[in-house]
Amino acid sequence: MNTLDSHDATPELVQALHDATDTSDPARMTELHRRLEAEASRDGLLDVAYTTIDTPVGPLLLAATDKGLVRVAYAREDHDLVLQALSERVSPRVLRAPKRLDPAAREVDEYFAGRRTAFDLPLDHALSSGFRLTVQQHLSEIAYGHTASYGEVARLVGNPKAVRAVGSACATNPLPVVVPCHRVLRSDGSLGGYIGGPDAKTTLLGLERAA
Amino acid sequence: MMDTKQPFEQVVARHGATVLRVCRAVLGPHTDAEDAWSETFLAALRAWPDLPADANVEAWLVTIAHRKAIDVTRRRERHAVPVERLPEEQSTLGLPDESATGIWAAVGQLPVKQRQAVAYHYLGGLPYREVAAILGGSTDAARRAAADGIRSLRARWDRAATVNTGSRLDRSVRLRGTPGRNPS
Repeated sequence: MNTLDSHDATPELVQALHDATDTSDPARMTELHRRLEAEASRDGLLDVAYTTIDTPVGPLLLAATDKGLVRVAYAREDHDLVLQALSERVSPRVLRAPKRLDPAAREVDEYFAGRRTAFDLPLDHALSSGFRLTVQQHLSEIAYGHTASYGEVARLVGNPKAVRAVGSACATNPLPVVVPCHRVLRSDGSLGGYIGGPDAKTTLLGLERAA
Repeated sequence: MMDTKQPFEQVVARHGATVLRVCRAVLGPHTDAEDAWSETFLAALRAWPDLPADANVEAWLVTIAHRKAIDVTRRRERHAVPVERLPEEQSTLGLPDESATGIWAAVGQLPVKQRQAVAYHYLGGLPYREVAAILGGSTDAARRAAADGIRSLRARWDRAATVNTGSRLDRSVRLRGTPGRNPS
């Protein structure tokens, strides 16, 4: 391609450069990433921090802004898509930074262990607005171990005819588990939909009945 | 907002290792390179929302890394005994200590521009057009700097290789940035 000899030793040389600058040690990259998380947090650049935790309903993604927990997502929602949506709707400064999620992760763990019946976390409702936000803010009034119908929630928010809108507010709850949309059932007592799927809803309701 | 920019974490995941290679090639295989890496990604995180969606992210990162490597070097030199040195003399970036052997001994003797051109093209995978944009000067000058750098590395490293194990000859080449992959 250029002025080099026909007997070109460049690939070997470049290989040696690659070997000499080897980055395959995962511990080094992890350490550098931790440092980036800490410095980003220090400089106020950690707009969206996230982590994933293992739970009885599968891996949950937890994401927080500096205002509070902004998103809880089930694996079936596709965590990559959820992060892309956070990037577009909140800020593209999205970084895996588990430390900021420590309090949320601890409370979710306690909830699944049956040792917590209410969450005490700052929430950021940036992903909801209007009637959906109103509904989601009232969901925590349905106490642990209890359920309500979509119609009852509509009455609770002072709009008894908005049963379908309550349904879509529950379906689009950006903070499932923590904001208990799983406690809302159809008026005939059947399960209704759930962002985490029917099995997850059954698991959460069963957990709360047993505790 | 029509912005569909990817989450910054994906930038770290996709380009973190390449940028670390580039920082090491320019600064040497020690903590200066990690300082430059950290400063690069912190600055990139800050500027990320404003980067045009169609920008070449890798070239952008290498450009930032280029500046941060210079910052790290200057900062270190401020704490060292000042020496008169012309910019185009032997590299003041990441000079290996006297015990450096093999490829590092050869890399440490390259003039700065050649060392940067080799790092950005062969490790960063940037076409010479992008290398020229970072270093200043023409695309041809960038290509020449890299070719000169490779030639003197080969001369020096081949000598050094006599004390190496020779196992390098068995390694398959599976690289980005090898000649021809990024025509400029």
